[in-house]
Amino acid sequence: MTKELIQGNEAAVRGAINAGCNFFAGYPITPSSEIAHGMAELLPKFNGVFVQMEDEIASISAAIGASMAGAKAMTATSGPGFSLMQESIGYAAITETPVIIYNVMRVGPSTGIPTAPSQGDVMQARYGSHGDYPIIVLSPATVEDMYHLTVEAFELAHKFSSPVTVLSDEIIGHMRESVTLPELGERIELPESENIIGIGRRMHRTGLAHNEHGLPTTDFKEYEGLIKRLFAKFDSFKPKVKVENGDADVIFIAYGSSYRSARRAVKILIGKGVDAGILKLETLFPFPEKEVRKISKKAERVIVPEMNMGQILREVERVCCCDVVGVSFFGSLIIPEVLAKKVEEML
Amino acid sequence: MKAEYAEMLRDTLPHVWCAGCGNGIVLGAFIRAFKNTGMERDKTVVVSGIGCSGRISQYLDFDTVHTTHGRALAFATGIKLANPSLNVVVFMGDGDAVAIGGNHFIHACRRNIDITAVIINNSIYGMTGGQTAPTTPEGRRTKTSPYGNPESPFDISKLAITAGATYVARFTSYHTRWLEKAIAEAMLHKGFSVVEAITGCPTHWKMKPYEILRLQKEKFVRSSIESVEEIRPEDIGIFKREVKQEFCEKVHKILRN
Repeated sequence: MTKELIQGNEAAVRGAINAGCNFFAGYPITPSSEIAHGMAELLPKFNGVFVQMEDEIASISAAIGASMAGAKAMTATSGPGFSLMQESIGYAAITETPVIIYNVMRVGPSTGIPTAPSQGDVMQARYGSHGDYPIIVLSPATVEDMYHLTVEAFELAHKFSSPVTVLSDEIIGHMRESVTLPELGERIELPESENIIGIGRRMHRTGLAHNEHGLPTTDFKEYEGLIKRLFAKFDSFKPKVKVENGDADVIFIAYGSSYRSARRAVKILIGKGVDAGILKLETLFPFPEKEVRKISKKAERVIVPEMNMGQILREVERVCCCDVVGVSFFGSLIIPEVLAKKVEEML
Repeated sequence: MKAEYAEMLRDTLPHVWCAGCGNGIVLGAFIRAFKNTGMERDKTVVVSGIGCSGRISQYLDFDTVHTTHGRALAFATGIKLANPSLNVVVFMGDGDAVAIGGNHFIHACRRNIDITAVIINNSIYGMTGGQTAPTTPEGRRTKTSPYGNPESPFDISKLAITAGATYVARFTSYHTRWLEKAIAEAMLHKGFSVVEAITGCPTHWKMKPYEILRLQKEKFVRSSIESVEEIRPEDIGIFKREVKQEFCEKVHKILRN
């Protein structure tokens, strides 16, 4: 391991390949395209398949199909493509197919500002597909996170037989940082799935509500059992957060590139004598309710800076026992001094 | 039920299809065709889309994948690329294949990926209640064209040929033996193969099943036309057989080098 200057999207590619990814289907879209570029170049060298599909719907569908046939599969996109993928994300959830969806967020809705950063897809990542379903959503805040959370995404997808969305943003995806990462090819072995096509199981997979044999049902009791079981799978899930100065009066709760700015703002505020701390959400969903509630018990005020109108803010408000204030920013990275000043004015 | 069919089917009867539906005829033709190919059942995956035709996958005792509406070929592309040793057969309806799934269809043709697409074309949306499909003849009255369909229909076989599929055949639910032979030949063909199976929808066409079969017998003519421009809607036959390098072979050749 040596220190190197590497881009966030490139780190995601390395993480995927080291986690054993051997199938990538994608469609070009800024600011995620470097993930496709890296996969196109490197996957053939690691006995994997890269395919550029005709659109994002086809990309995720091919990735799910490949996963069903035993591949470790991934796709990457940004806002408009993520919208197109939603139906198939629900399909992956109900068929319990592991698949990784990278969404490098950009300003929306619609075409938005190509390609300014945003965190506007948080609730879409959780609730974007129709119907009730659980999903794992991870949020990298550094180039190092782009590597490690990608590896973790593969581990979790295969452990929980579930789609996992990595919700990055344009800043983290395009930023270059000097980091020390495992070398390309230092592979992590994930267990092979036994629930795949082509080994004589003769199983049916369907997006219809199904019974324990995988066959369609219209019995609402069986449907209830299916949905409750899908959610119950995540009872053992341990969300990841990182806390600094957790006993402070003013606690920032942040994720992705907002976390970077908030962490700097905390230092500025501490320099001015404010008792400030920070909780970094590495897991956005299932939402780290216990961890957030716990920290809010000691705090007087929780600040949630986001590059949107306040999305994770709602989750934080739902579980916190103290005063919660959202601070919204739009289309550009959050300048720590501006954030610190806004918070100082509130106190 | 004959044992030759029963052994290929799951115990999932009764089926959802209306009396006189052509889907059962196509399913029967597939089972007979599959047996004739000599392919291994556990190395064969049946993929389907959404609609009446999409239910075929749940009746067959294979590895089966019932996907989303229109995307069956995209799922199948992932399956085949991930494990090229699998035989992949995709069942779609006409709306499934060339309306919502039209983009995936032309690109699967263009890639020449070794998948067999059986498109059951009844020229109407059956499951949703009899609406206009992209294959509905101009002027035909449906639930969504109560004054007559103002649009021109696709000819699925011609679309497949011009988009680059390397095996294309069209038969009807009346011409079952030819249909069966074409499905077997398509499965053994290396490359993207399309078998368009013309059926009818007694429920929404408001015709008796025997009337539909008689219509097919009287209207359709076997032809050996090789020029795509000359294919008429009433022509049936094997329209294209082309030897061309298959997509997975090219992709996996990159891996080997």
